[in-house]
Amino acid sequence: MAELITYRDAVARGLAQEMRHDETVHFIGEDVAAAGGVFKATKGLLEEFGPERVRDTPISEEAILGAAMGAAMTGIRPVAEIMFSDFLATCWDLVAVEIPKTRYMTDGQISLPLVIRTANGGGLRFGAQHSQAVENWAMSIPGLKVVAPSNPKDVIGLLAAAIRDPDPVLFFEQKSLYPTKGEVPDGEIVDELGVATTVRQGSDVTIVALASMVRRAVEAADELDSLGISAEVIDLRSLVPLDTNTIIESVKRTTRMITVEENPRLCGWGAEIVSIVAEECIWHIDGPLTRVTTPHIPLPSADALEDEFLPSVERIVAAAQKVVQ
Amino acid sequence: MPRHDPTEPSGALEALTTMWTIRRFEEALEDLYSRGMLHGTNHLSIGQEAVAVGACGALEDGDFITSTHRGHGHSIAHGADPEPMFAELLGRETGYCGGRGGSMHIADVGSGNLGANGIVAGSMTLAVGAALSQRLLGSSAVVLCFFGDGAANEGSFHEALNLAAVWELPVVFLCENNQYGMSMASDLSTAGGSVAGRGAAYGLEGVRLDGNDVIAVAEGVATAAAAAREGRGPALLEAITYRYRGHSKSDRNLYRTQDEIEEWRTERDPIARFEARLLEEGRLDREAIDGARQTARERIRDAVKAAVQAPEPTVDVLEEAVYARR
Ligand SMILES: Cc1ncc(C[n+]2csc(CCOP(=O)(O)OP(=O)(O)O)c2C)c(N)n1
Ligand SMILES: [Mg+2]
Repeated sequence: MAELITYRDAVARGLAQEMRHDETVHFIGEDVAAAGGVFKATKGLLEEFGPERVRDTPISEEAILGAAMGAAMTGIRPVAEIMFSDFLATCWDLVAVEIPKTRYMTDGQISLPLVIRTANGGGLRFGAQHSQAVENWAMSIPGLKVVAPSNPKDVIGLLAAAIRDPDPVLFFEQKSLYPTKGEVPDGEIVDELGVATTVRQGSDVTIVALASMVRRAVEAADELDSLGISAEVIDLRSLVPLDTNTIIESVKRTTRMITVEENPRLCGWGAEIVSIVAEECIWHIDGPLTRVTTPHIPLPSADALEDEFLPSVERIVAAAQKVVQ
Repeated sequence: MPRHDPTEPSGALEALTTMWTIRRFEEALEDLYSRGMLHGTNHLSIGQEAVAVGACGALEDGDFITSTHRGHGHSIAHGADPEPMFAELLGRETGYCGGRGGSMHIADVGSGNLGANGIVAGSMTLAVGAALSQRLLGSSAVVLCFFGDGAANEGSFHEALNLAAVWELPVVFLCENNQYGMSMASDLSTAGGSVAGRGAAYGLEGVRLDGNDVIAVAEGVATAAAAAREGRGPALLEAITYRYRGHSKSDRNLYRTQDEIEEWRTERDPIARFEARLLEEGRLDREAIDGARQTARERIRDAVKAAVQAPEPTVDVLEEAVYARR
């Protein structure tokens, strides 16, 4: 059996599944317990697991991640929520300098089985400090795993995989996806980190996308179909570890690739993928490797400007047409 | 001299009109939101008007403020025009920030408002820097730094207070303790029992004020600002107040009782209290008081009307203003 649930409810279901599975899993964050999260993604957890395991904190991001790190060093599997991914910057020392380095620096004496969940990305008119897609910040730090699901089933499966992983994982939930629905099978779901999904088969061009951009890529592919262009869409699902095989095999067949990312132009993850493809299979390529990104500007809040800022279906279609020409 | 003294009739009228303007502004936003004309999120300060108005009225022209996510009242009290504020919230070209900023990022630098901030405690260290520059440039301006009770648990709060104190900078740190940070009651999040009490760690007295009494706020801020202006260093004030509405649009107030909200509204409303006191002490008559409310209503009605009709920004400006033109 399967049921249709929202991306938002999938978060709560994934967390509950793992908290039932392992009693050392604890969850902390701002407004996560009594209020059920600002996006209502953690509703019901306090009721089921109680205030010891589902814990509201003061507004203290450094303390949240520091506490998660210390607990992870000493026998707990914490899941910490940073409400908006923008706020990772207020505790960046923990994210970039403490958590990812510890295992290596201690030659493996200390593992940090912790997950940082956070609401990422734009589309909701929240303005420049509550809308950034920052998965590329995280991707540039050795020692972090970086996951960003595009649909409810993946939310559960990848969250479970992240929590069971012995190392720190940054788990980016795209906030505009929270109300979206998808089919989810009954029972426990545990996925694997580092495996991309080919969500649509095609032969002329490979479109590589992540999180909210996957839907737009699929819509673009449908439109391209009617223009006589057959597009394959890959949902990366995780940036670290990165499933380079799926990308390379696809690109070798289609001979063309575009990446669609919500990141600003410079140093987005698309650039990394283009560089991998260039290095691994340049001789198979028949068109310019092309990135669709946001412009390199902070995110504007006005409707008219934000819509223009985010990669649109039209921009993806146009990029694919150009590449295939 | 403070801009207006709410214990004098003209200052009282000004303060009352501004408090009503803020309340009507916030109510108009609720209305626009419910009609589907306003997107994103916004944080209303209904119930907290006395803090913004008392504090900004106690400043002098040329003084600066830094604000928070709940900053509409601060902007208005510091002299912003409601029309470009509405326009900003509605994503119009005529907004204070051309529609780029939105509710949490209104800045009106012309009036000395260095901007709202979407990051809790995000403006506290900036206030220290602005005060430092006043010192370096030989200005006597002071900086009023608004922040919430929740912000006092961020590391920045402590760094800002320490630095301002050790350098004796002219900052008035004004905590708007509206009892909650989102759903978290400040009692549950604030060790030591008060924000003001934390001043002791930095050698600051730390003063609690009745934040629903515009005169008490004005006096507290005027005293602190005068001391800061004379070079006697920063102050930490904590104004006790209450937010009537939810934290933001999505909040259904499940963490507090309706009775609690009603009690504050009916017994401690800052506008009603101020009006009653003005009448009782004979400083303003009923006609003047009704006039203040009417003036505010008209200001807001006209401002909404104009803002709604303003054009949206065109996409060709999308990439402008990232860097200064040389
Ligand atoms: C660094 C950071 N953490 C969390 C948030 C989310 N957030 C926005 S407002 C708020 C509550 C702030 O409480 P308080 O400082 O008391 O101000 P109030 O909302 O009561 O005016 C929170 C947690 C944020 N914007 N920035
Ligand atoms: Mg508060």
